[in-house]
Amino acid sequence: MENYLSTRVAYGEALATLGDQYDFVVLDADLSKATQTCLFAKKFPGRFFNIGISEGDMMSTAAGLASCGKMVFASTFAMFAAGRAYEQIRNSIAYNGLNVKICATHAGVLIGEDGASHQCIEDISLMRTIPGMTVIVPCDQYSAYRAVEAAIHFHGPVYLRFGRMSSRPVYQENPDFQIGKGIVLREGNDVTIVAIGDLVKESMKAAEILAAKGVSAAVIDMHTVKPIDRDLIIKYASVSKKVITAEDHSIIGGLGSAVAEVLAEGNLAQLRRVGIMDCFGRSGTRDALMEKYELNAEKIVKTYDSFQD
Amino acid sequence: MYSSKQLKKISTKMKILALQGVYEAQSGHLGGSFSASDLVAALFFNHLRIDAKDTHAPDRDRFVLSKGHAAPIYYAALALKGFFDEAEMKNLRKIDSFLQGHPSMNKTPGVDISSGSLGQGLSTANGMALAAGLDNKSYKVYCICGDGEIQEGQIWEAAMTAAHYKLSNVILFVDCNKLQIDGQVEDVMNSYPVADKFRAFGWNVSEIDGHDFDQINAAVELAKKATNKPNAIICSTVKGKGVSFMENQASWHGVAPNKEQYEIALKELESELG
Repeated sequence: MENYLSTRVAYGEALATLGDQYDFVVLDADLSKATQTCLFAKKFPGRFFNIGISEGDMMSTAAGLASCGKMVFASTFAMFAAGRAYEQIRNSIAYNGLNVKICATHAGVLIGEDGASHQCIEDISLMRTIPGMTVIVPCDQYSAYRAVEAAIHFHGPVYLRFGRMSSRPVYQENPDFQIGKGIVLREGNDVTIVAIGDLVKESMKAAEILAAKGVSAAVIDMHTVKPIDRDLIIKYASVSKKVITAEDHSIIGGLGSAVAEVLAEGNLAQLRRVGIMDCFGRSGTRDALMEKYELNAEKIVKTYDSFQD
Repeated sequence: MYSSKQLKKISTKMKILALQGVYEAQSGHLGGSFSASDLVAALFFNHLRIDAKDTHAPDRDRFVLSKGHAAPIYYAALALKGFFDEAEMKNLRKIDSFLQGHPSMNKTPGVDISSGSLGQGLSTANGMALAAGLDNKSYKVYCICGDGEIQEGQIWEAAMTAAHYKLSNVILFVDCNKLQIDGQVEDVMNSYPVADKFRAFGWNVSEIDGHDFDQINAAVELAKKATNKPNAIICSTVKGKGVSFMENQASWHGVAPNKEQYEIALKELESELG
């Protein structure tokens, strides 16, 4: 098997590479080896601060740095960023519109064996509801790199969500990544599959299976969940009249909800959501978890069959 | 430098402005404003290197009111320093005013960082202090938190961070007025002894009377010279200081005076101006 990168490793490499060109500061909370900010720390020790196991302190410290004009990347696991430090992100960073990039790794149940305590399936929901917060979920190593680059060029708070495991990339090279602009990976008229993260590749597989059955599916990589690309959703939903969302996140509050809000306001299409069905995760291998929680192409295909004409 | 006598007068003027603002709004926090008033007056008029005409000067000293509910006294100091017209104090907490219930950096001229959710200010102060180090700047970061506020765990996370990174440019005041909303600090959740805790966390610590300007000035001057450790100045204060019926009363944490109370309070404060 080829040596593919996880989005978190791509993130770490992006920081270390882009650190030459851009003057940002990186904070971590004792997880620099897991979040891969260690690559930046090694190269730029003067611009890296380990804050220890204190995520709330890290987020407010990031706010203080940003208030003095610094761009800050603050990293930890999604559970401890969006979960534990929600209020510091909201009040210290976002309320002030400060230029802090909250880079949360190990998001979703597909992180594997660590189990429910570490499988954050609520982070997109939590971050999406904060005024002025941009929420980005790259689907592969190339997309992750471009997301970091895009976040650097964007002034203001951004939440970037990265996964733990590596897998074959969706893109052949760096995609044309623009914040707020979904990427159409495949055209189709019968159903529109809107996906993020690991589920983008599963959606492409599902589209292949559906094609064999004579169903033409469009697939959109909706890497920016907020602000969501309304125009693109409306354009495709108006044609297909059937939309499926797919994400490694609770179906409550995440991509599924964001797309539902757009569709409901326009009364445009039937919607089905694939994701974590309002339950906690558990330990297991990535493959076992994909099957257990039905975060796969087969589930997306089955979901298509549930639409009523 | 202002004399202690002059600072006392300034502090009293600040209290009058705060009282008027809270009275007009019929909401706000006077008890904790008045316990911190002398500290804020000393900082703004004798120590902070700030300029109302250049509110974002990169080299300016920073101030973080971690106990953000004492906003009325902060705004009064900013008004007297010329950051905005003191007449605005009468619009405190009102719709369309730039004087929010708790400090808001994007709304109020001179406010370096928003605060109000307790426990976060020392961390933001540390961030500012780290930025000074990265930019080779000599500014100081002053922070005021309360003795109830330090029940928040994040304060102690930040206390570790400041000591770990040897942030000697951080000067923290703990406004120990011994009261919080539900009563005596030592009854609700004892945060004492405060000084010992900061010493154990590796800070320079001094203990002063938070209403004695000579002691405040001396403690700040000493802290400014620190080289290796952050500085905590533990200030014994009186909640509601300066208004007889508010002093040492937890019930005056966050209620506004009625007309009669307002007039008595105003009279007491004005008599101090002489």
